Amino acid sequence: MSFPALLPSALRRLVALAGALACAALLPLAAQAADEPSPDTEQWTGVRQYLFADRPIADNMGDVVELDAPFRAEDAAVVPIGLKAKVDQTPGRYIRKLWLLVDKNPTPIAASFELTPESGRADIETRIRLEEYTWVRVVAETSDGQLHMARKFVRAAGGCSAPAGKDMEAALARLGKVKFKLEGEVQQGKPTLAQVMVSHPNNSGMQMDQVTRLFVPPHYIRHVEVAYAGKVIMSADVDFSISENPNFRFYFTPQAGSGELTAKVVDSKDLTFSSTLSLGKTGT
Amino acid sequence: MPLALAAALLLTAATPAPDAVSEVAPGVFVHLGQVAEAARDNAGDTSNWAFVVGERCVAVIDAGGSEATGRALAAAVRARTALPVCALVITHGHPDHLLGLPALAAALAPQRQIAAERLPAAVAARRGTYQALAQRQLELAAPPVIAVPGETVNGEAAIDLGGRRLVLRAWKTAHTDHDLTVFDEASRTLFAGDLLFVGHLPVLDGSLGGWLAQAPALRALGAARTVPGHGPVSSAAGWDAQTAYLAGLRDAVRAALGRHQTLQQAVAGIDAPAGWAMTELYHRRNVTAAYSELEWED
Repeated sequence: MSFPALLPSALRRLVALAGALACAALLPLAAQAADEPSPDTEQWTGVRQYLFADRPIADNMGDVVELDAPFRAEDAAVVPIGLKAKVDQTPGRYIRKLWLLVDKNPTPIAASFELTPESGRADIETRIRLEEYTWVRVVAETSDGQLHMARKFVRAAGGCSAPAGKDMEAALARLGKVKFKLEGEVQQGKPTLAQVMVSHPNNSGMQMDQVTRLFVPPHYIRHVEVAYAGKVIMSADVDFSISENPNFRFYFTPQAGSGELTAKVVDSKDLTFSSTLSLGKTGT
Repeated sequence: MPLALAAALLLTAATPAPDAVSEVAPGVFVHLGQVAEAARDNAGDTSNWAFVVGERCVAVIDAGGSEATGRALAAAVRARTALPVCALVITHGHPDHLLGLPALAAALAPQRQIAAERLPAAVAARRGTYQALAQRQLELAAPPVIAVPGETVNGEAAIDLGGRRLVLRAWKTAHTDHDLTVFDEASRTLFAGDLLFVGHLPVLDGSLGGWLAQAPALRALGAARTVPGHGPVSSAAGWDAQTAYLAGLRDAVRAALGRHQTLQQAVAGIDAPAGWAMTELYHRRNVTAAYSELEWED
């Protein structure tokens, strides 16, 4: 490796950093949100009207739901997103629905999740594709019918990062494999974190083959349903805003005796995939 | 570092002209792009390109990251030989290697344009993103035209430049799912495209497992020198440094998965090793890509 070749760029960066620090010292307040546009986007106005009409939405209070999203999408194809409940799932009051919305994606409604008190916690983690600088939002509907929103502005990736899958052949070769993972110990009566993973290209169908001038047909997961001990605890409608090999982390509350986690996944060609995990064992 | 030394280094390593080439072996001309992100001030000159001159014709390898690099490349070729260009070979479809193609093709009229079999599909799936990115980074008035070679290779193919044979080889998914290398038998020079990064942090846009699995075969081609996609021309040591980074990435991500860390936790917790440029832009991304690949390991 030739270090002299590296140094100029390192030095350039130091100079740039020194400049940035000088600016920051002079402008202590403006820096953080300098490139954050107004959250009242055209897309949001449309989605809000479509999904929620004139219902009031508590905006960005952080008391019911929070959004965990990176400042910058490191990899445009795999942007980790966390929908975090700030309230417990009790039969008296719980989050019954979460929407994950991405203003600038071709389909802004990336996912909606239906949850129950048996979910234990209304926390969902997944990964999305993201092409442009955009607001990402979560809207939670509590069982009393109230709506709460949290949002973050996420910057696009640089370099050669693109929302497309990296290895379509590998994804297709493994198509439909569904895998459960338990994250940590299973404790009776306590919300336990689990993960369901689906091997699928989750293709948008928006990519035109320049040789044939034909569009690749869309092929994506549209529904994921997870049940524990025979009761549905998470039911999700999703689309190709979700990354290749869709992945969802969720909670469930293990009960006494045996119980099974089951996942049923339906894609846009009506192919159905499923998996079952008997508790006490780990793996698939 | 003492200021005087830093200043001296800055002076000696002043930005090369966009059409500067060095003849690294007889008839083998290489341009080293800047180790930087594409921007207006570097006009997309952020990747290496090369050409090889035979007795009958010339082969050009990669096209640089903008219309300007395509024109500079054409000028560099014409400054050294009047022979026709029998082939333009694109090592992979990333914009920093591809966007110079239309300008280059217009200026040099290559008889053939060749890439790996899966390049057209990969570029088709990314075209809009690449156009928007290039327009933003290079501050262009309009999105750039993106063209891809019409002839593809699966496995191996040879090009005869007259008394000089180039061997093209398409690889399984590694840096991307459509990597192609060019080997000049006369000088034993390997043009690795982005299957090799030197100094510039390797960027994972294909398969970490595939890249590591094929690295020994790439190294074992026994090249006298390897022209990487980014960074200076290297000996076999370049492969070793890259493999150390990729293997370290794999091990760290496997360990994070073993500890049930989330993707976010793994990205936050796995630091970039020292000694590489461009880690700020690419290391966290590599962790992300590695994690979403390795979580499927059993």
